[in-house]
Amino acid sequence: MTRKLQVPLVTAEVDGQRVQVPEASTLLEAIRAAGKDVPTLCYHPVLEPIGACRICVVEVEGSRTLVPACIRRVEAGMRVRTDTPRVQLSRRMVVELLQGSVDTSLAPDVRRYAAEYGARPERWEPFAQEGPRAKHAPKVDNDLYVRDLDRCILCYRCVRACGEEVQNSFAIAVAGRGLAARIDPGFDLPLPDSACVFCGNCVAVCPTEALVPKTQFEMRRAGTWEEGRQQVVTTICPYCGVGCKLNLHVQDNRIVKVTAPLEDPITRGFLCVKGRFGWTYVHAGTAADPGGGAEPSTPPGNL
Amino acid sequence: MSAAPLRGWGVELQRLEHVPPPTPEEQQALERVWGHLGPEERVGRRDLLLPALWAVQEARGWISYPAAAAICRELGLPPAEVYGVASFYALLATEPRPRRMIHLCDDIVCMLRGAEALAQTLHRLLGDPIQEPAHGQAYGGISRADGAASGEGPLPSVGWSRSPCLGQCERGVAALVGERVLLGLSPEALEERVRAWLRGGEGLADATPAPTHLGWKGEGTPLLLARCGRIVPTSLEDYRALGGYEGLKRAMTIGPEATIQEVERSGLIGRGGAAFPTGRKWALAAREPPPRYVVCNADESEPGTFKDRVLLEKDPFSVIEGLTIAGYAVGAERGYLYIRGEYPEGYRVLLQALEFARAAGYLGKRILGTDFSFDIEVRRGAGAYVCGEETALFNSIEGFRADPRNRPPFPTQVGLFRRPTAINNVETLACVPPILARGGDWYARLGTERSKGTKLVCVSGHVARPGLYEVPFGVPIRTVVEDLAGGVPGGRRVQAVLCGGAAGTFLLPEELDTPLAVETLQALGAALGSGALVVFDERTDLWTVVERIARFFRDESCGQCVPCRVGTQRQLEVVAELRRGGGRVDPEVRRLLEELAQVMRDASICGLGQLAPNAVLSSLRLLGKRP
Repeated sequence: MTRKLQVPLVTAEVDGQRVQVPEASTLLEAIRAAGKDVPTLCYHPVLEPIGACRICVVEVEGSRTLVPACIRRVEAGMRVRTDTPRVQLSRRMVVELLQGSVDTSLAPDVRRYAAEYGARPERWEPFAQEGPRAKHAPKVDNDLYVRDLDRCILCYRCVRACGEEVQNSFAIAVAGRGLAARIDPGFDLPLPDSACVFCGNCVAVCPTEALVPKTQFEMRRAGTWEEGRQQVVTTICPYCGVGCKLNLHVQDNRIVKVTAPLEDPITRGFLCVKGRFGWTYVHAGTAADPGGGAEPSTPPGNL
Repeated sequence: MSAAPLRGWGVELQRLEHVPPPTPEEQQALERVWGHLGPEERVGRRDLLLPALWAVQEARGWISYPAAAAICRELGLPPAEVYGVASFYALLATEPRPRRMIHLCDDIVCMLRGAEALAQTLHRLLGDPIQEPAHGQAYGGISRADGAASGEGPLPSVGWSRSPCLGQCERGVAALVGERVLLGLSPEALEERVRAWLRGGEGLADATPAPTHLGWKGEGTPLLLARCGRIVPTSLEDYRALGGYEGLKRAMTIGPEATIQEVERSGLIGRGGAAFPTGRKWALAAREPPPRYVVCNADESEPGTFKDRVLLEKDPFSVIEGLTIAGYAVGAERGYLYIRGEYPEGYRVLLQALEFARAAGYLGKRILGTDFSFDIEVRRGAGAYVCGEETALFNSIEGFRADPRNRPPFPTQVGLFRRPTAINNVETLACVPPILARGGDWYARLGTERSKGTKLVCVSGHVARPGLYEVPFGVPIRTVVEDLAGGVPGGRRVQAVLCGGAAGTFLLPEELDTPLAVETLQALGAALGSGALVVFDERTDLWTVVERIARFFRDESCGQCVPCRVGTQRQLEVVAELRRGGGRVDPEVRRLLEELAQVMRDASICGLGQLAPNAVLSSLRLLGKRP
């Protein structure tokens, strides 16, 4: 804490309210320090911001264009407006464009913003043509997680988590260009043939269920995935000495998913393959698994 | 589960360490890229990724998985990243593709010259076009992997695709075929050639293309065109005989700071479209800590624009000298020149000119006996308009996907390889040697109050003499279109002039008396942009043109930010529907387009998305009014 105090402060103005934040803070941090908020999608609290989705745009006095709050640094004397009609128009449009291009039905944030900003994606429907974005069946090429690219909003969170920011696997990247851009392990390789180590950290940061644990995917298909009936039980991972905190998502007395709490300073929400997917032994020898007939989740042979 | 795209050609995809070695041709091509670098020196040289991909692409006609895997191993890069980069560019193929590809320009200007008839010819002879990245239908790892396209059997020897503007607007219809650009194509000539290729022959010798009209009018001209066409482009003697390298000598006499001051005094503003003061850019970069870089942006890809191509092909030393002066002024030891992949002739000329400049001591260690050492590396783009965006260009050189970066920080602080960088357009740099040789004050007397000097204007479309013309700023647009380019032939009238390329604005006939200058066009709500004027006569179906422009942006969006990635598609859909409906624009639809335009301008990361609605919106001024 003492080191933090030595950072020089800058003063800016958010919606007419003066706010002091440490130098090099982002506008988003300043806005939150002022007790306000802006919507975010590609932003993730433990990943570096990239400013790709553009839903967090705000007006900055003197700027020709709107400014993404997640990545722009505060400058002294900046005057920021977080909720003008111009800002609202952009946010509403970003949501409309996303809803019109991919399936956002399992993206709670997108749905929330759609309601908040009054998105009407249907007004684009009379013009819709076959774009370069092909429809894809979900890719089920391993026992641990499924890639459902039709739900992907290209927030790059998974790519960042897989790369140097968290996992250093570099198993996935964006491929293609424009509307045809998509997340790919390279040459459309099946994941078990890629550099993927199945840590599932990409799944953990995905905001749309484009990446989803296979159990969850199958329970959704079977109509048995009911978050409202799930309890979250916190425990410590039994595998190694690090002692990562785990959140066990339990439905009908069975574990259906494992996550890690973001605020845990050890994991910051990230786990390894064992912590995230290695829980089926808990139910070994008991009644049918939660996937409703699916095979038990086991790591692929190459691990 | 989908079959991977390369199955069917005897290549099974598997983990990197088990992939078979590339073919000897591919291996040799890669060795040429590695050059003298030992195996351990290659690792981490991510900037060699694009050259390596180009090398194996040319060796085989597409980037095979074994070749890509070899690149991964040599450069220490993950397959996902290599594929991510390879699949970004239109001229690189990540799936089997005929070795001889005809990239037929069907963009706005070649379209006026009958490109569609040529497309039909190719369709009849060769079947469906094979489109890379953004075009869709046939695209990429996913859609094709699921379909029948990855068939068994031998690849056809010739294929074709539709291409965005190839920068040959004054002498189209143009097609890029390997290292050649075919020009002035007619359907008959093209058919004869393709039939010869299909028989395994080389086809006909290239006909001599119609020469590019060059012309000038007004005080101070010809300045940039003074040598074009009068010298052997790669002759250093010719260049020097007509004033070449006087600018560099003067710069070295007065020193870096005075050089920057001279450029500031000249009032030179960037010619790439953004019109930023060049001297100020240099000063900003020069005050940052070394190492610094200077970069020449020769990724000219704006439809209707070909000025940089002409300069590079006809007077390459002027650009090389300009970049050298920039390096001296900014305090850089290395400059990069990034030329679009669709300019094979410019690339050849440049490489040769650089060699001569090196041999004569104008590049290399201790230039002209001073303690200034500087060299230039040429990098070739691979088919991506967005690389003309400066930060996308940096990423492309560095071997990343050419996604533009968020700003700030600006390139003068965090540019190429994250170092302070001054990046200038070809034409801008070509202005620099005469400014140094004759003085900033002399230059500042040319042009208007806010737009100093002379400007190259690319005139194409329905004019008698499409070509490249030089005028001092302030000359009416009409003078360029009518006096220099000869106006619309056949006594027909101008319907509209597209000013600034696809990212530009349609001007109405009555607006042609506007002086050509940054401030006057700005007052009209237009922009000079790249300096392209595309003239459309009264018979042109402008909706088709507008739809082509909308498709251009849809195809060229990098896909990083939502407003541009999806917005360009939505814009295209609405425009296409309007064209089909006979062009009636009801107020509701107009509002929809205007809202989308505002969001793309406000919220896109880079200029591509921000300018993509320009032409569409400005066309509504003309078209929306009609019954």
